[in-house]
Amino acid sequence: MIDFEFHSPASLDDALEMLERYGDDARLMAGGTALVLQMKQRFAQPAHVIGLRHLAQTNGLGAVEETGGVFRIGSLCTLRRLEDHPLLRARIPLLADTVSRVATRRIRSMATIGGGLVNGDPNQDPPPALIALSASVELTSPSGVRICPVEELFIDYYETDVRPGEVLTAVNVPVPEEDARGAYLKFLPRTAEDYATVSVAAVVSRNPDNTCRDVRIALGAVGMTPVRAHAAEDLLRGQELTEDAVRAAAATVPDAVDPLDDFRGSADYKREMAGVFTRRAVMQALSTDLSPSGSSTIPSPSGRGLG
Amino acid sequence: MVKLNVNGEEREADAPPSRLLLDFLRYDLGLTGSKEGCGVGVCGACTVLVDGELHASCITLAVAVEGSEVTTVEGIADDDGRLHPVQQAFIDHGGFQCGICTPGQVIAAKALLDFNPQPTEDEIKRWMMGNLCRCTGYYGIINSVAAAARQSPLPPGEG
Repeated sequence: MIDFEFHSPASLDDALEMLERYGDDARLMAGGTALVLQMKQRFAQPAHVIGLRHLAQTNGLGAVEETGGVFRIGSLCTLRRLEDHPLLRARIPLLADTVSRVATRRIRSMATIGGGLVNGDPNQDPPPALIALSASVELTSPSGVRICPVEELFIDYYETDVRPGEVLTAVNVPVPEEDARGAYLKFLPRTAEDYATVSVAAVVSRNPDNTCRDVRIALGAVGMTPVRAHAAEDLLRGQELTEDAVRAAAATVPDAVDPLDDFRGSADYKREMAGVFTRRAVMQALSTDLSPSGSSTIPSPSGRGLG
Repeated sequence: MVKLNVNGEEREADAPPSRLLLDFLRYDLGLTGSKEGCGVGVCGACTVLVDGELHASCITLAVAVEGSEVTTVEGIADDDGRLHPVQQAFIDHGGFQCGICTPGQVIAAKALLDFNPQPTEDEIKRWMMGNLCRCTGYYGIINSVAAAARQSPLPPGEG
């Protein structure tokens, strides 16, 4: 690893000031699971690393709070804490389930929700779920806070709309409508802790006559950024939610994605699987309770401790 | 200079900011229990606890965890040398073969029992998934963790 100067800011203001001073020569580090690897492999060679770990206790940067139907998750909250958060698991089980599918418990104990988002890796699990849940992020700079929908955060491969001088400080996730249901499917033909070959998050709500009131579908690992399946959603909205309707909607997905060939599958295979897993995700969502009153299909952790 | 609390002791050594926690433990402090397997956070051989949370020390900067408490396999036995129940169970139930992955397996299992003293077999498998054993001695590992769990105290109000 190329050497660098390490900084441990005492506050968010301190971190913002360091970012301004060192500019492009600096990288922020949260859990470090992505950045340290990139530095070991010399993909990243920052002259200054600004370590944020100790800020998790300040400015609400590591906190999880529900206010007025919106969960505000501090960007330095680890995926492990979200996975074990009883209120999040009760209110937005789709998100608690999705983060529990990331890599291993060890990585989830280090990696943060904000660090993963700014890394901009299109293969990660949380972005499709956050997009399907209509989440947004807070980007804080010396001039104030800018709100950006997670859907608009990703610009290109490992490239985000986080601008110079900005720090991603929180993720805001609205609690879905009481009758909305969600599912996150991760196609893992190799090992359980792998990145997905394709992944799909779906959130569906329906009217009493079984027509689709709203649906949001987002996919991971099928392009330069997470991809929203607009055509499939448009086919479903207002339609009766039959298996045939879901199948027809999912059939549009292969044309909406642009995956890369790699050791997890050829581009053609992933395109086809994107359709298959979209159909399965919507069908599973329709049979899964997402509402606080419903019984979650996801078992709650029996353990305690580690708060 | 990097200063860390390791296994309850304040330790320091002259190391650059790029020093990985694993290398700091092994080369600067001489604590060679934690092993390097993959070097990319996947295999679990370098697993340690930082403030009670599982960490891959091969992708953790030592300087980034200054002020935290680091626990390695050297630090979980009693002061009088009595092994941690997980360590004893690995010996009694054949939880290792070549032994390279064992320090990470033991730390991961200790963290599991701290979090969930009475895990089911599925919970053990799911938790220990991140610790690879190239000897493929997984049944011995699962049996050892289950045996250690049988010795952990029941949570208050249960049992």
